[in-house]
Amino acid sequence: MATDRSGGTGTPASGATGRRHPAERRFQGSLGGRIVKILLLGLFTALGVWAVLPLYLAGVWWGIGLVVAVVALVYYVYLSGRTVPAKYLVPGVLFLMAFQIFPVLYTMSTSLTNMSDGHRGSKEQAIASIEAFSVVREDDSREFALTVATTGDPDTGDLVFLLTSPEGDTYAGTEEGLNELIGAQVDPSGRVTGALGYTILTPAQVNERSGELQEFAVPTDDGSGIRSSGLSTAFEGTAVRVYDQACDCIEDTETGTVYHADDERGAFYDEDGRRLAQGWQVGVGLDNFSRFLLDPSFASSFFGTLVWNIVFAASVTFLVFVVGLAVALTLHVPKMRGKTFYRVLVILPYAMSSLAMYLLWRDMFNVDFGLFNRMLGLQVDWLGNVWAARAAVILTNVWLGYPYMFLVATGALQAVPRELGQAARLDGAGPWQAFRHVTLPLLMVAMTPILIATFAFNFNNFNAVWLVTRGGPYGSEGTAASGATDLLITYTYRLAFSEATAQYGYAAALSVMIFLIVSVMSVTGLSRTKALQEVDR
Amino acid sequence: MRSSRVSAVAGIAAIALTASACGDGDAGDTSAPTLVIWSDPERADAVQSAAAAFGEANGIEIDVQNVSFDDIQGDVVNAHQAGNAPDIFVGAHDWAGNLMRNGTVQPIDLPADREAALDETALEAMTLEGRLLGVPYTQENIFLMRNTELAPDAPETFEELVEIGTGLKEAGEAEEVLAMAVGQEGDPYRMNALMTSAGGYLFGQDSEGDWDPEDLGIGSDETIEAMELIAEYGEAGEGVLRRSIDLENEAALFFDGKAPFFVAGPWTIGDAEASDIDYEISAIPGFEGKDPAAPYIGYQAFFVTDGSPNSALAEEFVVNHVTDPDFILSLYEADPRTPVQLEALETISAENPAIATMAETGENGMPMPNIPEMGETWDPLGIAQARIIGGEDVRESLETAHETVAERIGG
Repeated sequence: MATDRSGGTGTPASGATGRRHPAERRFQGSLGGRIVKILLLGLFTALGVWAVLPLYLAGVWWGIGLVVAVVALVYYVYLSGRTVPAKYLVPGVLFLMAFQIFPVLYTMSTSLTNMSDGHRGSKEQAIASIEAFSVVREDDSREFALTVATTGDPDTGDLVFLLTSPEGDTYAGTEEGLNELIGAQVDPSGRVTGALGYTILTPAQVNERSGELQEFAVPTDDGSGIRSSGLSTAFEGTAVRVYDQACDCIEDTETGTVYHADDERGAFYDEDGRRLAQGWQVGVGLDNFSRFLLDPSFASSFFGTLVWNIVFAASVTFLVFVVGLAVALTLHVPKMRGKTFYRVLVILPYAMSSLAMYLLWRDMFNVDFGLFNRMLGLQVDWLGNVWAARAAVILTNVWLGYPYMFLVATGALQAVPRELGQAARLDGAGPWQAFRHVTLPLLMVAMTPILIATFAFNFNNFNAVWLVTRGGPYGSEGTAASGATDLLITYTYRLAFSEATAQYGYAAALSVMIFLIVSVMSVTGLSRTKALQEVDR
Repeated sequence: MRSSRVSAVAGIAAIALTASACGDGDAGDTSAPTLVIWSDPERADAVQSAAAAFGEANGIEIDVQNVSFDDIQGDVVNAHQAGNAPDIFVGAHDWAGNLMRNGTVQPIDLPADREAALDETALEAMTLEGRLLGVPYTQENIFLMRNTELAPDAPETFEELVEIGTGLKEAGEAEEVLAMAVGQEGDPYRMNALMTSAGGYLFGQDSEGDWDPEDLGIGSDETIEAMELIAEYGEAGEGVLRRSIDLENEAALFFDGKAPFFVAGPWTIGDAEASDIDYEISAIPGFEGKDPAAPYIGYQAFFVTDGSPNSALAEEFVVNHVTDPDFILSLYEADPRTPVQLEALETISAENPAIATMAETGENGMPMPNIPEMGETWDPLGIAQARIIGGEDVRESLETAHETVAERIGG
């Protein structure tokens, strides 16, 4: 956008350019403008190249196509003379797509999958992991000192394991099998340091071929194989779980159990319904939605939580407004001294980290050691009693929120002419009447959008609850139901994420639902405001 | 038209500029391979300098990157999915179950002599379904710290601890009996020591010693009985255990001399050294005539990420370097924690008795269960324990928590 501005307002530097056709001048701009434009376009292209590289490595062709298309569009818009409105719209639209629309669509698509811990990757990854974890070492399995070598070129030659058994015998192991190795040079620790016909690899060269090494096993009797463990040891082991494409199942050769793939649940299950830990991501349709909509404990706590959520957001917004406005009015009195000092004091809470403030307030509410009970000589169980905890959460947020409202109200008050209030007084109105019927309606014009924003913000104010009460206190149902101060967002967060398990699909479904609720409320709120504005006119 | 020519020139210039800007960024492929290690900031420097020898010996670069310890697990799992995970990372043993089911780490095979050099329980804690998931290098557990001015002798039983503490409280020398965090949400990690002493349990163990998620003990009669005993010291009883004592104020209570006893951990030692309190540490005492208290032992380990492009070197590092006493000793010098490498532990214990004592306080401890189901127990069990400490019905609280956990791990 800076490009346009400098290009558009660039004043002609000399008389010669001044005589040109105005339209032509506008598109070309001044020299400085052109340089800025080149720099910004260059920067943007660099961004595109930077984004394409990983996409190319991962082979995501549609992603590359998208990046190229966006870059081409930007070039077209900013180098063509016929797209003036687009020059102003493109950045905003791109950001809107990238940061608003795409996340919403992504959340919605995730809500239709079972993506969670144990179901993150593809089926192939799950099978590879199951097989890798199934390699067992028998008690009599052999261990070897290992030297990795090749036949021929270090980068491309076939890998060979030069092995030394604990007894001191040396072998050469290839993908075909194990052969004795005669005439090898061996160092004191037993590792082979040289053998005729083999090229010994340096650690860096071995590392280059890590991928191959992961797959490499020297076959020995009855399905066992010698695998490497690091650069200098190898051991004999057997993969007991093997995937069979024919039956789409994994058989455990040790126990004889067969685990069949269940592509609806995304895991391998045996006949008794026991599953292997590694699963994969599958689409589950609307299961995530029905899971909470049909869950009786969810249904019973949901409406209670919703009501409290609205009460919380509404009362915080109302109190913040009242307190902020009252302080602003007090400091608006013309004769008052030290106004600046007081204003700085009032804004202080707003300037401090809200995260730290929440934790501080939590400590102040401590029943035995907290500041409130100690100072006031109370015995209120602030965080353990249902209504006290609710009051505590609201109080904390009012304290943190009112400075902002004070700032806005102070600004709005400056814009209301004092003469209007004085005129009302002359007409016989008392101070309250003058405020109620003259000042307040004028203030509300500026304040209403702010109030709606405050409400929407507090409706989903996760930190406000999580850091102070964590949603508690809980009733006799424990964490199965929602806590007394739980907002929808904290309640659903706890449902979807426990200490170690993240259920992204479920969480996405829950947030889609919250998204719908907030959308409905915002749309209603905004249409009401429109109605208000029309009344005002 | 002139303007289009100018535009074209601008476009070409922009592209040329881009090309030159990108030129020097991508020319690093031929240099030595770099082994990327994620570690928490507290020990990153220690790992960096201790790993330097390995880098030199193998002609590679070591790049230790800081990630806050609480974030490592989630970040590694996500990064692995996105294909840009580190080669090696430092983590806790109880992450093992989750790392395995996401296929984030690759199993490790230790040669017999390397295996024998490590603490056996530590290796068991790192093992799931018979496979070792990472190489443990240090352990930690909670213990009892006491103010020797107020309580010169270590209490043998929990009853004795309460008796001494109550005596001091009545004499006005202390304000609290014990600083043990409970908090509004409960603290099952700390409570486990007392709960196991009184006979309660969380998960049973199968014949191979693996934790059995189907044998959930939260609502069992043993655990209910245990928590009933503990409830006697709660808010409705002696008032020794209270929800108002939490992680924020427990240390202050002890270091201000208000509480003679403190359920602390190795992370408290630094503050203790810096304070004016004369302290000593001992094992958390169990209840009289009951089992010894079994605090959870947490092990920290080096894991190798699955599919790392440097897996050969990464494996070599954890198999042969992390098990090496010299590496552990140099790590210890920069970041003192109790090692599980037996030779290193012996050397360190000989010169630093405090480490030896700390290791002793964990003798009756139990490794924190490493199965993924463990993660589902914290919240419900914690809330139930907090309710019990607050004086609510024990059986009801635990049975509700049991149902909640059973439902979540069954599904």
